[in-house]
Amino acid sequence: MSPVWYAARAGVRRGWTELRQTFTTGQDVFGYVLWTVLLMVPLFLLKDDPLKGAGISTGAFMLPSMLGMTLAFTGMMTTAQLLATEREDGTLLRAKAVPHGMVGHLVGKIIMVSGTALASMALPFAVGVFLVDGVAQQGGGALLTLLWVVPLGLLATLPIGAVIGSLVNNPRTIGLLMLPVMGLVVISGIYFPLSELPGWLQTVGQIFPVYWLGLGLRSALLPTEAVAAEIGESWRYLETAGALGAWAVAGLLLAPSVLRRMARRESGAAMAERHQKAMQRVG
Amino acid sequence: MPEPFGNVFVKGGPERLLPVTRDTRGTPMSNAHALSRAGSSPPQESDTVIAVRDLRMRYRSQDVLKGVGFTARRGEVVVLLGPNGAGKTTTIEVLEGFRMRSDGDVTVLGTDPARGDERWRARLGIVLQSWRDHGKWRVRELLAHLGSYYVPYSTALIQRPWDVDELLAAVGLTEHADKRIATLSGGQRRRLDVAIGIVGRPELLFLDEPTAGLDPEARNEFHGLVRGLADENTTVLMTTHDLAEAEKLADRILILAGGRIVADGSAGELSRQASAEATVRWTLDGRPFEEATAEPTRFVRRLFEEHGDAIGGLEVRRASLEDTYLTMVRELEAGGVPVDRAAHALGEGAR
Repeated sequence: MSPVWYAARAGVRRGWTELRQTFTTGQDVFGYVLWTVLLMVPLFLLKDDPLKGAGISTGAFMLPSMLGMTLAFTGMMTTAQLLATEREDGTLLRAKAVPHGMVGHLVGKIIMVSGTALASMALPFAVGVFLVDGVAQQGGGALLTLLWVVPLGLLATLPIGAVIGSLVNNPRTIGLLMLPVMGLVVISGIYFPLSELPGWLQTVGQIFPVYWLGLGLRSALLPTEAVAAEIGESWRYLETAGALGAWAVAGLLLAPSVLRRMARRESGAAMAERHQKAMQRVG
Repeated sequence: MPEPFGNVFVKGGPERLLPVTRDTRGTPMSNAHALSRAGSSPPQESDTVIAVRDLRMRYRSQDVLKGVGFTARRGEVVVLLGPNGAGKTTTIEVLEGFRMRSDGDVTVLGTDPARGDERWRARLGIVLQSWRDHGKWRVRELLAHLGSYYVPYSTALIQRPWDVDELLAAVGLTEHADKRIATLSGGQRRRLDVAIGIVGRPELLFLDEPTAGLDPEARNEFHGLVRGLADENTTVLMTTHDLAEAEKLADRILILAGGRIVADGSAGELSRQASAEATVRWTLDGRPFEEATAEPTRFVRRLFEEHGDAIGGLEVRRASLEDTYLTMVRELEAGGVPVDRAAHALGEGAR
């Protein structure tokens, strides 16, 4: 076996180890639960509010949309956050110091973030499905949609996250990025159908993967008649695959060179400097 | 109870690690050791692990390194000293392949670090100053994981990686093996840093201020570990601000100041060159006196001949490495002695 493959396999083990760690760390588990609670509050409040002409409640519309949003958030923001943090605390430098350690680190991170995304979606889904009516009741065929939307969603968002994480030079910047992301959620048709927004905002919303992930998840989990609330009264599978695919291709083209550039710049001195800055901020 | 950092070398752990040789005063015999080795067998080409010639580093318009040159032989412990900002870390990072140099010839384990591949990297060990990385990992878990990357680089001579249990024992972390790293004390983290640095059984180990923040006991145990590695033929290049540590550990000391190596030799050689005078202190009728002299033995005999039993509190002190170092750096910084002349004067005897 070539050393690169060997490192990739070490990376797979690394990913599983880190997943096990996050699910057994109190603080992380609290985070998953808190996220679920935050999503469930509006869902609960609007579970009996009918969505005009769609035959479902606004709560039922929200559940799959929020799952799509969770996937997009985790793929982009968690990846960026982890990368920036691990650059600051020296995890990446350690990876760089062992042979093909960066390969292992990257593979591990992909598994770790994907697993985290699935868990962050599974928990609200498991709770929400009992809160609202009409979600995930159209049988196997529709659920099969998940099999391509979810992996494609990860493929579209993880590389973007990696690029963001490589470009920001301290993890706290990611916190600032949350503001524009909140705005993005408003125009992505998560809490109410995008068709209720003015036309130009609809166009802007449809550029980003958050909308398409919401749509993809709704197509898989909502009853057929709920399509009435969508733009053009269609699930637009082709466009979903096209938009997410385009983000995936762009991200995958961009990420390797950005990651390589970032890795090349890592050194003990660079890290010590960041450490010092972070300490000054604390002190 | 403090953990026995490296005591395995003394109390019989892995057999290939030998106890540190010490004379009765507890002084390591490394200097004599290195000199006799250098004298009996001239360094061969294959024996040279690091060769640096005219290394230059320029940031923007500022020259940080202005022609650094030195070599290190297999199994040698070389300590790099110098004031903050002298370029010690930069030098080490160039050798590690983490930083591109502006100019000069550098060979590490027969390869130019700027073009070192992963096979080359597998032969290096780098002890990083960790901060809070891998906090959720358990000690044994992380060592086993990082070690696993070295498996494809095992050779007939060197079994890679180091067995985790043996390694844990060697750095004194056995009883903390199943602790989460975030819960370790500062000293324990430093041991873990060292363990990670050597998990791949490196032929060359880089340590950048490895004992910063260690208490004196842990520091002493760490010294045992480094000597043990050197006795196994691992070449060690380290930086430190602790001059006593340099004196104790180093086969050879390099002083980097003003962008150049201004001194290169054993601690003894450096002291002898920088200052031949010893300081004699005594009291006469309760009053303290002090005299610097090149011939302390004769001076003390005369002192007793003149005053006999009236002399008390006699103390004869040879210039320590600290005196040497401080004198040199101060002169360089004051600009009193041009760097080139100082380098010439101090480096001559050692080369």
